Amino acid sequence: MRLAIVGAGVVGRAVAELAVDRGHEVVAVADSSSAVVADGTDGRDAGVDPDAVVARKAKRGIVGNDEPADALAADYDALVEATPTTLGDAEPGFSHVRTALERDRHAVLANKGPVAERFGDLRSLVDDSDGEIRFEATVGGAMPVLSTIADHGPAHVTAVRGVLNGTANFILSRMAAEGLDYEHVLAEAQDLGVAEADPSFDVDGTDAALKCVILANVLSFGAADDPADAREFTLDDADIEGIRNVAGSALDLASEDGLTVRLIGEVGDDSARVAPRLVKRDSPLSVSGTTNAVRIETASAGTLTVSGRGAGGPETASAVLMDLNRLP
Amino acid sequence: MKDDENAVNAYMIRLELIDEPGELLRSLRPISENGANLLSIFHERGSVTPRGHIPVEVDLEATESQYEAIVADLQNGGINVIQAGEERYSESLVCVLSGHIVDTDLSDTLSQIQDGSNATVTDLSLSAPQGTRNTSSARLRLAVEEGGVSETLETIRGIADAKDLHLIEPLTRGEL
Repeated sequence: MRLAIVGAGVVGRAVAELAVDRGHEVVAVADSSSAVVADGTDGRDAGVDPDAVVARKAKRGIVGNDEPADALAADYDALVEATPTTLGDAEPGFSHVRTALERDRHAVLANKGPVAERFGDLRSLVDDSDGEIRFEATVGGAMPVLSTIADHGPAHVTAVRGVLNGTANFILSRMAAEGLDYEHVLAEAQDLGVAEADPSFDVDGTDAALKCVILANVLSFGAADDPADAREFTLDDADIEGIRNVAGSALDLASEDGLTVRLIGEVGDDSARVAPRLVKRDSPLSVSGTTNAVRIETASAGTLTVSGRGAGGPETASAVLMDLNRLP
Repeated sequence: MKDDENAVNAYMIRLELIDEPGELLRSLRPISENGANLLSIFHERGSVTPRGHIPVEVDLEATESQYEAIVADLQNGGINVIQAGEERYSESLVCVLSGHIVDTDLSDTLSQIQDGSNATVTDLSLSAPQGTRNTSSARLRLAVEEGGVSETLETIRGIADAKDLHLIEPLTRGEL
């Protein structure tokens, strides 16, 4: 499949490398200010050489001498949208996907913004296009959450609950294991590179909430006979509470009763909610470190549990590659 | 009417005893003192709760008023009644409150929870590693009437909000 990759961060670069390994052809790569479109002179017969892109980005801060718009206009079968997640109008990611769909090409998203904030708009674009969209990478990184829901049918999924943010889970599991306070473990996580210098997106629950909103949209639109009847969710519809107020003494008391605290995203009953919750220490959701885990409750297949790495370049890129394989 | 008052029913009471000599005998005394008929005692000494308590299950026959007096005597005697009766208190709920637990009148918090919902607090643990003037936490176990979990949580949420306490709710739906 011929791919255009928009976004040349950790995920975009990992997609470029994996895609070539797995027999796809990368015809264009763009970041926010530059692009490279394959013209056969990039050291290969055809296609963009991912190593050359990484080298140029490191050395000169650009991926190539073309304009980002050239990448969007390139001759690709599927566009991979891997720019950073933005809220509200979800731009520029949304427009990138729209361009692909209006050209009757497929789009695979690693960017949560468009699917969380403008799901209805995306659905309308898909309805008018011969292209399709996939976004496995937006919920739980490498874990097959959305594909499992798609295989069972969203109408047969009654609820989804899970640990959807590795940073928050790292902090809570370290607090519980070491008897340390939030601030102490956060500093440690920042030293290790597990938490960002500004950790608010993770510890305030925003990231987990975006994933819940995406899941809520998938369940809502998937279960509706007519998309016009489906309830559309955005971040504003989610009830969000982060982990900053979880006291060390709360974890101690939970532990005495065979319980622990995890930041749980919960979707079902027409709602999306993220909050620290008491779970049994031997629950499948009581994962340690940066591991994510999701339980999918179905009408006829019982509860299915998926766990794995919820973030990271190659992990997220793997989900993008899975999506590419599932495109018609 | 008199017949109803004297009707004898079977009841089950679940207790958690401190592992000390004489506790089992002390927990059974209210049954005989109130004139009820003890049917069986299930006392599994090897099985302890995480806090080192021993679970005991008692089956007895009593009139309703005798039964109510027994439960009251047990609770007044400081014995942990985890579950009592058949229909009542069929669900159990755990939550943790953090903040200025003591300064915001813990006793009043517990009373408000019991008054505002069909639940009774069966167990309470407090942790105040830096003294009660700083942030402390309380773990509450409540026995809730069947189907009353959501309503009870709603009540606790309101009380926590009003007292500026941080509530950690259990993941009640699905498996905890």
